[in-house]
Amino acid sequence: MLGSEATGAAIELRGVTKRFVSPSGKSFTALRDLDLTVAPGEFCAVVGPTGCGKSTTLALISGLEPPSVGTVSVLGEPVNAVAKRVGYVFQRDAVFPWKNVLENVAIGPRFQGVNPGRANEQAREWIARVGLSGFERYYPHQLSGGMRKRVALAQTLINQPRILLMDEPFSALDVQTRALMENELLELWAANGASVVFVTHDLEEAIGLADRVVVITAGPGTVKGTYRVDLPRPRNIAEIRFQPRFIELYEEIWNDLRDEVLVSYERSKHIVAS
Amino acid sequence: MAQTDAVAADLDSARARARERRRILVLVLRLALAVFIVGSWELTTRLGCAGPDSGTCVVDPFFFGQPSGIWSQLVRWVQTGTAQGPLWEQIAVTLEETVIGFAIGVILGIIFGVALGRNRLLSDVLGPYIKAMNAMPRVVLGSIFTIALGLEIPSKVALAVVLVFFVVFFNAFQGVREVDRDLLANARILGASQRQLSRHVILPSALSWILASLHTSFGFALVGAIVGEYLGARKGIGLMIATAQGTFNSNGVFAAMFILAVVAIIAEALVTRLEDSLITWRPNAINNPMTI
Repeated sequence: MLGSEATGAAIELRGVTKRFVSPSGKSFTALRDLDLTVAPGEFCAVVGPTGCGKSTTLALISGLEPPSVGTVSVLGEPVNAVAKRVGYVFQRDAVFPWKNVLENVAIGPRFQGVNPGRANEQAREWIARVGLSGFERYYPHQLSGGMRKRVALAQTLINQPRILLMDEPFSALDVQTRALMENELLELWAANGASVVFVTHDLEEAIGLADRVVVITAGPGTVKGTYRVDLPRPRNIAEIRFQPRFIELYEEIWNDLRDEVLVSYERSKHIVAS
Repeated sequence: MAQTDAVAADLDSARARARERRRILVLVLRLALAVFIVGSWELTTRLGCAGPDSGTCVVDPFFFGQPSGIWSQLVRWVQTGTAQGPLWEQIAVTLEETVIGFAIGVILGIIFGVALGRNRLLSDVLGPYIKAMNAMPRVVLGSIFTIALGLEIPSKVALAVVLVFFVVFFNAFQGVREVDRDLLANARILGASQRQLSRHVILPSALSWILASLHTSFGFALVGAIVGEYLGARKGIGLMIATAQGTFNSNGVFAAMFILAVVAIIAEALVTRLEDSLITWRPNAINNPMTI
């Protein structure tokens, strides 16, 4: 189904299975036979019920985890170490609490050997771009959740990633801040042009942001369906959800997703019961 | 509007007054407790005493000392010096042993803790030996050190190092193991090499564990120095205690203990200052635990 897009793909997962072995020797299959292709510059949202292996998909693309079976390639090259030119925004705060905003944002260039003066200069530009000018000397614990997410975005984007992986980055934010951050993300993405894989359990967020929504089954995860989101850009996240086409898409995808959510819910009840 | 402001200001000043009253109450109660304990000690060692035999007193000052006697012992030490020389010299020697032993123990503890925390093979191989050494009452090593290193400073430093090392080592080791996995993953994605991971993520993260161990380990360094001096020395507070014990001078033992307590409290304050200056990034809530 995705064969036509396979040529020149930014990200390509083919027949990927990922098994984890727990310390007690039990094996757990997070992903089974997953195929996923993301075109250059495409914004792809991945939705699925809790525990379906969405985050594992990102770990595979980033090279943090190797697949058990199958191949993962990024920008035409097989992934066998932590991939270069990949950015990753984590669900929890992963900014360094012992570094202030400036040091946090400058750390990517510093890791890559850019001299401190140049790195700080770049960092100031990015801090301004995410709207945090004046907070350079603040430590993460002095900032709000939304501000910390901005720091994380600047920290990731300063490395100019061609691939941007996002793992439910806004799930901890309140609804208003979330809509603001989503709009800002779209603006930053429009300027950067990276291929994005955005993992979320929130279908509204997925449709609002993405060019394409991929539904993953309840674990072990595999692709259940993909939907092209043909809403015009630039979009305003706060308003797009009132468009009739948005509602149509939502119903269509939700029909697919609902069964998986129910499966996952039933399972979690069994776990609690047993 | 003006009225509510006035009400708020009133409430604020009432709260400030209440806080101040409480502070004074705590101070007064603390002082009263000290007066009660020292006073009843002094009183019981003076009550019922008949003639030159101190054994007739309610509490025998010969065995249990007497606050006024401890005080005059301190004054005598300050004015005329101790049996081994001037008082400040004894304090300086003990402090020197403590600080050198503390510094070496902390540095070795951090190096080994981080190395074993990062290297699975090393920790699997050395783990049982370190546990065995930790389980041993290491104070007995003081005898070996006194035989091998003599009566001067090195034997005390060695004992302090051995005592400090394990406390810092276990904290550094645990600190490295407890590093947040997301932070590690984030640093790797951002392009950190193994060395950069250690410097920018693992060490700062382990630092709060290591610093927490410094409070206890300074106390251990002091124990090492004192016990070392006690086992055999030419100078130091531990020797003063040993000498006082040898001459049945219980006031002398208490007076030396008093000096040790003052030194330990000052050291504790310095370690806290060091901690605050090294961990500026932490929320204040953690920096101000309930003080006792």
